[in-house]
Amino acid sequence: MSSRFHLYVSQRGEVSKAQEYTMRILALVAALIAGGVFLLLLGFNPFEIYATMLKGALSTEGMRQETVKLMIPLCLTSLGVTLAFKMRFWNIGAEGQICAGAIAASYFAYFHNHLPQGILLSVMAVAAIIAGGLWGMLPAYFKTRFDTNETLFTLMLNYIIGFFITYLREGPWRDPQGGFAATPRFLKQARLPLVNFPGVGNVHIGWIVMFVILIWVFFYLRYTKQGYELTVVGENINTARYAGMPVKKIIMRTMFLSAGICGLVGMLQVAGPDRQLTDAVANGRGFTAVSIAWLSRLSPIGIALVSFLFSVMEKGCSMMQTDFRIPASMSEILQGIILFCVLGGEFFINFRIGRTRKEA
Amino acid sequence: MDFNHIILFLYAAILAGVPLLYGTLGEIIIEKSGNLNLGVEGMMYLGAISSFLAAYTFESAFLAIIAGFLAGVLGALIYAFLTVSLKANQNVTGLTLTVFGTGVANFIGERLKMTSEAGTVIVSDSVIRSLLPMKLGALSDIPVIGKLVFNHSILTYLSILFAILMSLYLNRSRIGLNLRAIGENPSAADAMGIDVNRYKYLHILFGGGLCGLGGVYIALVTCVGNWQPNIIGGQGWIAVALVIFASWKPLRAVFGSLIFGALSMLRLYMPKSIIDIPASIFNMLPFAVTCLVLVISSIRMKRENQQPAACGVNYFREER
Repeated sequence: MSSRFHLYVSQRGEVSKAQEYTMRILALVAALIAGGVFLLLLGFNPFEIYATMLKGALSTEGMRQETVKLMIPLCLTSLGVTLAFKMRFWNIGAEGQICAGAIAASYFAYFHNHLPQGILLSVMAVAAIIAGGLWGMLPAYFKTRFDTNETLFTLMLNYIIGFFITYLREGPWRDPQGGFAATPRFLKQARLPLVNFPGVGNVHIGWIVMFVILIWVFFYLRYTKQGYELTVVGENINTARYAGMPVKKIIMRTMFLSAGICGLVGMLQVAGPDRQLTDAVANGRGFTAVSIAWLSRLSPIGIALVSFLFSVMEKGCSMMQTDFRIPASMSEILQGIILFCVLGGEFFINFRIGRTRKEA
Repeated sequence: MDFNHIILFLYAAILAGVPLLYGTLGEIIIEKSGNLNLGVEGMMYLGAISSFLAAYTFESAFLAIIAGFLAGVLGALIYAFLTVSLKANQNVTGLTLTVFGTGVANFIGERLKMTSEAGTVIVSDSVIRSLLPMKLGALSDIPVIGKLVFNHSILTYLSILFAILMSLYLNRSRIGLNLRAIGENPSAADAMGIDVNRYKYLHILFGGGLCGLGGVYIALVTCVGNWQPNIIGGQGWIAVALVIFASWKPLRAVFGSLIFGALSMLRLYMPKSIIDIPASIFNMLPFAVTCLVLVISSIRMKRENQQPAACGVNYFREER
């Protein structure tokens, strides 16, 4: 007798693509408004701030280069975790897989740097993919063998390898000449060459790798047998079993590829912008990538767009610190608000709310 | 290494373990309701900055604790609304809560420093003193035990009290058993007439509050009211690990946070002449041990030491 109307929730059937995108764009707009209100409360003009953000990320060639440099690892890592997510394998260990790749690449950069640049960089890249891939296969092995929870396992592995980098930096790989406990700078032949990105200027070759992997993931998921298999495992593992698919092998293989791409990111970071092995090689990107992959609904094109958006936000917010004395952590707050809005908006895509008259 | 040194080490281990215990207890109760909240770190950040603000503005330790608790509850409310009511993905929501909480805390802390004249922001001494370890009269003068047991912050005693009460609650009370039923099999619980969503909400919120208290401890006791950027520094994630280490049991969490606290302090108290291991390897240990526990418990397949069966999966009645 409390209420005559009763709300009920039911699942929607098929939703058109157009409806889905409208919903998502509405969520994004809601997020921008919420962020604007936050800025307003702090006493700023949100329009002015947003405009400065865009300007700070895109107006000059140098700024665009910085933005692209931020985008490369974000986009690639998101593509990497997407392979695992498509299989419903919660790889939140991209952070650690980036570290593993970075360590393997740095090993060759420090101890085999007599090789010519082309060969050395190729060896570093292959080593990074293998190291990252193996680090990712570890939780996959235990998942297939003992059903060990992969969310928690991949999470823990991040910290183990992260502290291993600290160990290398402070101990065996420390630069004896340096005052701080830091690794030495890479020699010239272990650094990525710069290639002209039309309209942006010279950025390290990683941007080409990014586009290649983007196209590869797109085709792999959509047109290959392996891509189909991992999708079936993700949708319904029992269907995959009945169909006679080698489920364990598929899980191991997919995790190797997923983590291998993340490992490659590690190599691109140490040989690209960082030029040495640092603790901050992953710098939270592995976690941001989870959000990006999810926001894009695991679509490679969507990932490219969202990681571009996030990079603009990060670069733009770093400008606001100097211009408006707004701390750069504003970027994280905005990221959070956008994700919350989209997470909530998703509900209205998948479910319908109706009202029924209830017997009073 | 003399005896006194060992006592000091154990004491430091307790001090370091308290925020971990709060985070762990909070996450245990949340996971028992069938939700995996990866936002512990974020809720600790929210608790830390709110208690700091309250202590700074109102100069009251009591208000600071309340503010920290409520901030954790508020963070958890976002999470609960999205995952329980709107069925959003738990992993992504939790991670987002961590990003958001970290951002908010660093933002406010940084703004405070930018706008203050001295360039630093410190909470007044009187507030801090009421939260620092206090003597309990004659009890604190007992050798060894006096130092280890009867010489702590009020927040430390409170955390132990929470652990004991929570253990009784989960194992002995009807409501606690209902809660566990939801974590294991929500549709069965629903069929029994338990209001699944209400249970989830209440326990996620309370768990968030506990995580917030962990933040209070870090801001006002560990850092003695001197705000620093990235003040939580991964302790929320250690708490997530500790939940596994403690196999979802509150009393084991006390023991676990003591061990993890000790591991984090070991490098400062262990003479190099006995074991010379780099600090980074010591820091790695808690996580390596957690991995081992995770693997071993999955191999042994002991039901009672596992994560609640329905943890991480949203419940939607129509899908039964």
